[in-house]
This record gives sequence, C-alpha cells and structure tokens, in this order.
Amino acid sequence: MALRPAESAEALQPAESGEALQPADSAEALQPAEALLPAEFADLEPFSDWVLETERERYAKRLATSMDQMQAFYDAAFPRLAEANSYLEDYPLGQPIPKPQRNLLLLMMSLVLVSFPVEVWQQPRVPDSGATYLDLVVEPKF
Amino acid sequence: MPHFPKPAEGSWTEHWPEISLAPVDYSDSVDPAYYELEREAIFKRTWLMVGRVEQLPRVGSYFTRELQVADTSVILVRGKDKQIRAFYNICRHRGNKLVWNDYPAEEVSGTCRTFTCKYHAWRYELDGRLAFVQQEGEFFGLDKSEYGLKPVSCEAWQGFIFINLDPSAAPLVDYLGEMGKGLEGYPFHEMTEVFTYKAEVGANWKLFIDAFAEFYHAPILHMKQAVKDEADKLAAVGFEGLHYDLKYPHSMVSSWGGMSPPKDLNMVKPIERVLRAGLFGPWQRPNISGLDELPPGLNPSRHPKWGVDSFHFFPNFMLLCWAPGWYLTYSYWPTAVDSHIFESSLYFVPAKTAAERLQHELAAVTFKEYGLQDANTLEATQRSLKGRVITEFPLCDQELLLRALHQASRDYVKEYTDGTAAR
Repeated sequence: MALRPAESAEALQPAESGEALQPADSAEALQPAEALLPAEFADLEPFSDWVLETERERYAKRLATSMDQMQAFYDAAFPRLAEANSYLEDYPLGQPIPKPQRNLLLLMMSLVLVSFPVEVWQQPRVPDSGATYLDLVVEPKF
Repeated sequence: MPHFPKPAEGSWTEHWPEISLAPVDYSDSVDPAYYELEREAIFKRTWLMVGRVEQLPRVGSYFTRELQVADTSVILVRGKDKQIRAFYNICRHRGNKLVWNDYPAEEVSGTCRTFTCKYHAWRYELDGRLAFVQQEGEFFGLDKSEYGLKPVSCEAWQGFIFINLDPSAAPLVDYLGEMGKGLEGYPFHEMTEVFTYKAEVGANWKLFIDAFAEFYHAPILHMKQAVKDEADKLAAVGFEGLHYDLKYPHSMVSSWGGMSPPKDLNMVKPIERVLRAGLFGPWQRPNISGLDELPPGLNPSRHPKWGVDSFHFFPNFMLLCWAPGWYLTYSYWPTAVDSHIFESSLYFVPAKTAAERLQHELAAVTFKEYGLQDANTLEATQRSLKGRVITEFPLCDQELLLRALHQASRDYVKEYTDGTAAR
C-alpha cells in the first residue's frame, strides 16, 4: 500500500542531482527565468525554489535551510497567504490546475511547513526529536 | 476538584474493579521471552487492522502486508466477485514469496488479473485457486484444486480491513464488540484524502500505544507548540478526559478540544489564524451528512466542548475521530521486543479548494511535529527501562487505557501459556 521509503527517495534524486549536474541547465540560468508563479504573485518568484512537489522534498529543504533564509521566505509569503487562498478559489481541486496556480499552492504548502521553525521552534528541526524520522509515504495528489 | 465529573466510585479506574490500581510492571516491554509469547498469544490470535477498502478500489487491486511479528507476509486482494480476500503470500510449489518487487521485505501494491510466481510461473486466480502449473505433466498426480493459496481470515468493518491468522477466530464484529458497534455509521467512507506516515521506532510497541493512549503528557511534552500564555495555562490546569470507557480488551478516552476554533485568536499561532486550522484540523466541519448526529460511541458524554475521541482496539490499532470531521489511525507493528514500525494515516473529506488543502496540510504538518517528539521520547523510555533498575510504575487516573493495554497483554499471554501447559 505505502510507497516504499527507499523507492520515493530514489525517485527524488534524479530531479535534484540532475538539475545541478546538467550543463544545459546552467546555460538556461543565464536566460531570463521563466515565471513559475502567477503574475499577481511575481514578488514571490525569488522564493520559487520552495515550489516542491512532495512533502519529502519540502521537509529536506527545511532541514537544509538556515533560519535567516526561512525567515525571509516566511516574511515575504505569509502576508500573501490569505490573498493566495482567495485567488486560488477560481481553481478548484479535482480538475487540472494551470501550472503557475498549482505552483502557488505548492509554494504555500512550503510556507505551512516553515511556519513551525519560524513561529515556534526558532530552529529547523523539531526540538527533542533527535534522529527520529517520520516519513510521509502516502500524500494526497492534486 | 475535577473539571469534568468522574464516576461515583471517585475515579475512572476504580469504575472497573477488574483493573488493578497497583503500579504497572513494565518488564512486559523489555523482556525478550515475554515478547516471544506475545507474538504467539496476541498477534497470531487477534484481529489485526491492515488497511482500508479504498486501497482496493477495483477487481484485481491488491496490496501486501509484511507481518514480521508473525514471520509472514499476507496478500489482500479484491476478487472478480468484488470480495476482499487475504492469502499467505507463499507460492504453493516451493515456498517462494509470490507477490513482491525488487526487495523481498518490502510491501507492494498494484492491480493484476492473476498472481504469477517469478520462480516457475505457477499462476493463481484472484480467489486463490491454482490456475496454471508450468510443465504440469512432470509432476506426480498433482491435483491443482489442492494447491490454492492458503487463505487468511479476512473481514471488513466500516471499511477497515482486518485479518486474523487464527483460522478458528470468532467473527470480527464479535471481537470489536460494543466499542466497535458504538462507532458504526460514522462517515469514514467520505474521508478518502489520505496522508500516511511511517517510521521505525526503537521502542516496544506498547510504549507508543501508551504515549498516544493518554493526553496527560500533552500540556508538558508539547508545551512549546502553543503560544506562551496558552502553554502556561495548559500546564497549570493539566489534562482531564471528558469521559473514559472500557470494553475489555478495548478502551477509549474522550477529550475536550478548545482550539477548533479557539475562544480567542491570540491563543493560536499566526498561520492557524489565517488558515483557520490546527492540530484539531480545520475549524469548520466539511459539508457531508453523518456529522451532525454522531453515533452513540462518539462524544459519549455529549459534552459541548468535545474535541476528539481516541479508541484503542486491542492489540495494535488506534482510531481517533476529531470533532471537526476527520479521523486518524495509528498502527504499531512489532519487529522486536524493543522496536516496531509505526504507521499513521490522516483521513479527510477531499479538499475542493486550495484553502481546504492548506488546512489539511497544516493538520498533517502539525501531527508530524508532535509525532516526532513523541517517538523520540519513547526511545528514551525504552533505554531506561531496559536495565530493569525500576520495573514498576504508578499510573494515574488519566492513564487508564495504559493499564487496560498492559493487563490485556498479560491476560492473553497467560491464557496462551495456561492452554499450552494443559495440552
């Protein structure tokens, strides 16, 4: 039933390591970047590296990001959360959502995740959690 | 002075005279010999919840469950007649594992027309019948009708699929008894948006049930998760359940839930204020039928401040129904005396909007933050219990479910060892 942890971890790797290694990608980076988010949320483009498909990727990024960087993302995205919710009302789930709008939702899912380090812990990891892990192996798709 | 009325006996625990008030002996969580007895007496003889019917949507849908505790693997499959069946995941030819992918120890799922063994291509129908034997003529008087997959008792209750490795087990509905009956009719089938978490935890399976079967710890261990003033208030007041019930070997605790929605928005974190959701889920209930009139087993004291009911179905299944209309399951699959695989799933009515999806996301994220603290604490408990410097521990009235769990474990083991001795 559950996605096997090993399998989903493998599934992530090609995307991540691939991006970093392919020379074509660095060439593209010199071109004006294609907008990932709707024009109304263009101010959040600098944080589009938080547009991540799975919880596992989002959580890994949280653990690998400094508090300063997470605070900057939170400070920019949190004030736009209510507006994003209203804006996305025109894109009901359960039917195909255009990519920029879908990305906006994924970005806000990352905001939900970083709200804990920023609002509560003042550190990326959950205190008193040691080496314990709790992997999300089945995640609702939209 | 209790905030919520207790039974006439003066405490919940004393309401059930069969439950001892003595300190509980936790050798049952560190003794390897006792664990071996639990495997036989409990996990090979009780109904075990292995999944939901929604995981088998079509004819030929299947998933496997690895039951390390019983040294076996089981296939769950929906047949051509739409029936869900369970079989031992063993090819009848020479014992190869029938359904698996690259890694024999990992669980798999999918859809198929028949099961074909990788080894010699013996093929089985979805109802377990042996359909094809490679070079059948090479065998000696092989009667295919005698070599179907070995069945495992399998029944569904309210969409939860249970198996029992004891072929002579009493029916599931009898096993779940009144505690199960009181929940019938809850709209579990509407709540099909699933988040499933999994972890291997370095603690005896009962210790994690202990952790989730009492809320006495919540204001302390999870103190930092509430805003400061609220955390101080919660710690000063402590925790008291609204209601407890024991239908041996199953039990439940009913809890208040002041945070959905909170009386004062300043009691909760900024993200909760904007999303209108938190640990207890979205602050508004989904628009489905079946939540206005709850079945009698839920919020049994009919308290207006009700927040969540937590049911423990012995041995390893917990079910939590939250006032805002969603549910959560915990399963604990022992792998050794001091380790188990913990699985938890959150089930919501599918989000129709991004805003609803983000509410669910916040509930799931919050669950994980709490769960990580709980799981890590258990490893600390296991380590300190292991030396057996201290073996007996006093449990309070809010820890009634823990007494019931450890007592049920002892009773099952005793019944088994008495029976073995008599034979």
